[in-house]
Amino acid sequence: MKVSLQNVTKKFPSRNKKQPEDVVAVNDFTFEIPDGVLLGLLGPSGCGKSTTLNLLSGLQMPTSGRIFFGDDDVTNLPAENRGVGLVFQNYALYPHLTVKQNITFPLENRKGKDKLTKQQMADMALEAAKLVQIENLMDRKPKELSGGQQQRVAIARALVKMPRILLLDEPLSNLDARLRLQTREEIRRIQRKTGITTVFVTHDQEEAMSISDLIVVMKDGVIQQTGKPQDVYDSPENLFVAKFLGTPPINVFDGEVKGETLYIGSEAVLPVPGVADQAVTAAVRPEGFVLSETGALGCDLSRVEVMGRDISVVSTHPNSRNVTIRAIISAENAVPPEAKTVRFDLKPGKVFLFDRQTEERIAFG
Amino acid sequence: MEKKNWKGWLYLLPAIAFLGVFLVYPLLDVLTYSFEEGYNFASQTYFGTGLYNYRYVLRDPYFLQALKNTLLLVAITVPVSTILALVISMGLSSIRGLRELYQTVYFLPYVTNTLAVGLVFMILFKKTPYSDGLVNLLLSWFGAGPVDFIDGPYWAKMFVLCFYTVWVVLPFKILILTGALASVDQTYYNAAKVDGTSRWRTFTKITLPMISPTVFYLVITGFIGAFKAYSDVVALFGTNLNAAGMNTIVGYIYDMLYGDSGGYPSYASAAAMLLFAIVLTITCINLLVSRKHVHY
Amino acid sequence: MDYETIEKKARRRETLRKAVTYTLLTVWGVMVLFPFYWMVLTSVKSYGAYNSEWIPKLYTLSPTLQNYVDAFTQVPLGGYLLNTAVFTVITTTLMLIVTVLAAFAFARLNFRGKELVFTLFLSLMMIPTELVVITNFVTITNLDLRNTFTGLILPSVTSVFYIYLLKENFAQVPDELYYAAKVDGTSDLKYLFKVMIPICRPTIVTITILKVIECWNSYVWPRLVTDDKAYFLVSNGIQEIRENGFGRENIPAMMAAVVAISLPLIVLFLIFRKKIMEGVSRGGVKG
Repeated sequence: MKVSLQNVTKKFPSRNKKQPEDVVAVNDFTFEIPDGVLLGLLGPSGCGKSTTLNLLSGLQMPTSGRIFFGDDDVTNLPAENRGVGLVFQNYALYPHLTVKQNITFPLENRKGKDKLTKQQMADMALEAAKLVQIENLMDRKPKELSGGQQQRVAIARALVKMPRILLLDEPLSNLDARLRLQTREEIRRIQRKTGITTVFVTHDQEEAMSISDLIVVMKDGVIQQTGKPQDVYDSPENLFVAKFLGTPPINVFDGEVKGETLYIGSEAVLPVPGVADQAVTAAVRPEGFVLSETGALGCDLSRVEVMGRDISVVSTHPNSRNVTIRAIISAENAVPPEAKTVRFDLKPGKVFLFDRQTEERIAFG
Repeated sequence: MEKKNWKGWLYLLPAIAFLGVFLVYPLLDVLTYSFEEGYNFASQTYFGTGLYNYRYVLRDPYFLQALKNTLLLVAITVPVSTILALVISMGLSSIRGLRELYQTVYFLPYVTNTLAVGLVFMILFKKTPYSDGLVNLLLSWFGAGPVDFIDGPYWAKMFVLCFYTVWVVLPFKILILTGALASVDQTYYNAAKVDGTSRWRTFTKITLPMISPTVFYLVITGFIGAFKAYSDVVALFGTNLNAAGMNTIVGYIYDMLYGDSGGYPSYASAAAMLLFAIVLTITCINLLVSRKHVHY
Repeated sequence: MDYETIEKKARRRETLRKAVTYTLLTVWGVMVLFPFYWMVLTSVKSYGAYNSEWIPKLYTLSPTLQNYVDAFTQVPLGGYLLNTAVFTVITTTLMLIVTVLAAFAFARLNFRGKELVFTLFLSLMMIPTELVVITNFVTITNLDLRNTFTGLILPSVTSVFYIYLLKENFAQVPDELYYAAKVDGTSDLKYLFKVMIPICRPTIVTITILKVIECWNSYVWPRLVTDDKAYFLVSNGIQEIRENGFGRENIPAMMAAVVAISLPLIVLFLIFRKKIMEGVSRGGVKG
């Protein structure tokens, strides 16, 4: 099912008496989710991504704008009539019901001609349980399950009614690191298998990048950038997106463009053809550094961290906005242990320039 | 460590003294009283020991009347007040505007003097030579004849008593239930809503099981409270409850102890022991039932 | 599927539900408030006017305060109120002292047999007052303490439940504070007053309020041990007024007395509304 949002805005009345203006949680959100896509809604906490999810589920109604499922306008349709599956951050499994009862719960709500027989419900529940591989836990109560198992039950409960779209709110945040990795693969697998258009909300960029077909990066209720994860990573449209994506985070410098050349401090570090003379913010991905004795950028070496395949060179520079600069370099390159300084060349594709004021991307080359 | 030992006891001394004299000693004493036959206040003598006091009380028509009244009161007010409190609390939880105002108003009966406000209920329901009273006026609008709720037929008196009891106990129940409802995680309701669950089903399948421990708590305390009904009865029907045929078990105990028909602490003790036994039994049954039905 | 109809239906249902809810809540609100209204209304109707109303009137055009004058002059209502105030203040104060000391001992001090004594204390909560009132009545009578404040107050002082409530709160104060105070050479008693009590003030306020309500409304015990009007509390007073009151069935004057008795607690409630409701939900059971 294709889902589209047109100029969707959600305002909340301010609770703070000193600032009586409305709080705009989602601002003029326009986007289209193609059928069968897994979309990651990404942003720091409080950016409006959960509100967006609630607007899609119908738990909240937009202040203005329209929401379409396929060609149907569902903008003001109550949640109970939308047919969405929603997995909550804390799973919201009913503690007094068994796994099986939890999964059949949505089916038992059907009335009239949609009413199902007990056998039909049991079959559907079993099928959903098999999909998430919990068919052997059907008679347990939620509190007897591990976090990962509870998560699966929640997904099964959302899937059992064959939702038109599936919504996941921070689905991995309550799991420990190992389970998180495993579960996100699981979500990807289930989504592929069912082909249901899925939206999931997360503040963890790695999570979003690793399993999404498309990501939407949000900040303060406004879409910053949308696209395939790799595309957004390789070509961030503004400083926020560049900083938000990637681990370790991107290294940000105060720089200046003079004569189509980028200067950091007094050193000319990179030719930037086509850019007018101006003060800029330069951002370099950790993998954008090349260790070289004759390198253009000199930094004060702090330490070298060995990570196996790669090494991480940690250094400082007076023009850096980060406390330390982190460069990820293949372990074949050795840094002399007694070295005080280290010099880098920069890979053009891994360096981004941004306007100092607007923080918008300045293209070059 | 030695020094600390007696210091702890020193801090506890006042509490132990008060509790010992006015709670523990009386408890043991009342037990012996209840078996001492024909105890006399003035001479502090008794004929012998045995079950005579219990036999007397259980055959006393006043006690049987009191028992009947109390059981009826319990059987009516506990379910009625609990269900009414549930309905009102559900209503309260579903609104935003004016919620605090309603909550404040609903709580008022809790802080009023039962005796004093009972008097107001009495004049509202009472039929006098001068006036049929306000409630009878209302009844007459519906074509119902005037009924003397205070000195009239038994069912009318019972109705007023139940009505007033519910009015008095509701604030506490509403307060506790509203708190319990507020503590149910909102996401359960959101989950149910997304799944298209009807309101009634949400209530029976989610809300009720979630607050069931609180409901059971209220039922148990309600049972205990209703079994000890006394001052609200006095407020409505005066102190001579036996004559009004509206006595309760507690009222019977006090009447035996003191007042016009008083001076029989042995009978009072036996009746008190019987009350204690009834309350204890019902509490235990309630606990057993709730074990079965409260799942988590 | 016709979404517009569904939306309209849902909206209509929502409006209807709200209307029904507010109506129900208001009906009960009126049921609660009406007796209060009636008592105030009746108390300002003149005796003659009230008794000439074959059909009770819901308002009065000629309010009078004469009934209040009667209530305070023809019957010793002022004395009842004063007695109750004295009884309430002394009982509550004693209760606080006993409760604080006991709770401190249980929560903070170490001594042999503490757990056992605490368990015994808890089991005392199960004993209904109706059971022990009999012996207490005999005790007080034998000590010749009937119709005295001592006799009224002493058996009303302790409440195991409040000790329990405060002990739980005291136990939440971190141990480090105690050890720090010990290192500084603070005595136990000083620590209790300078640290524990200020930290646990909300709970202490709660139990104080609950006890005040309990005292103000207590009826059974005062009725047993007082038969001299000079020692009546308000509950007995109002009963006395009702049965032998103003010489004739002077209901307006009776209602004036009822208003005078109810007012102090209602005012207290309106001032400490949040505290009282919170306190009661934590541990008050009426009756």
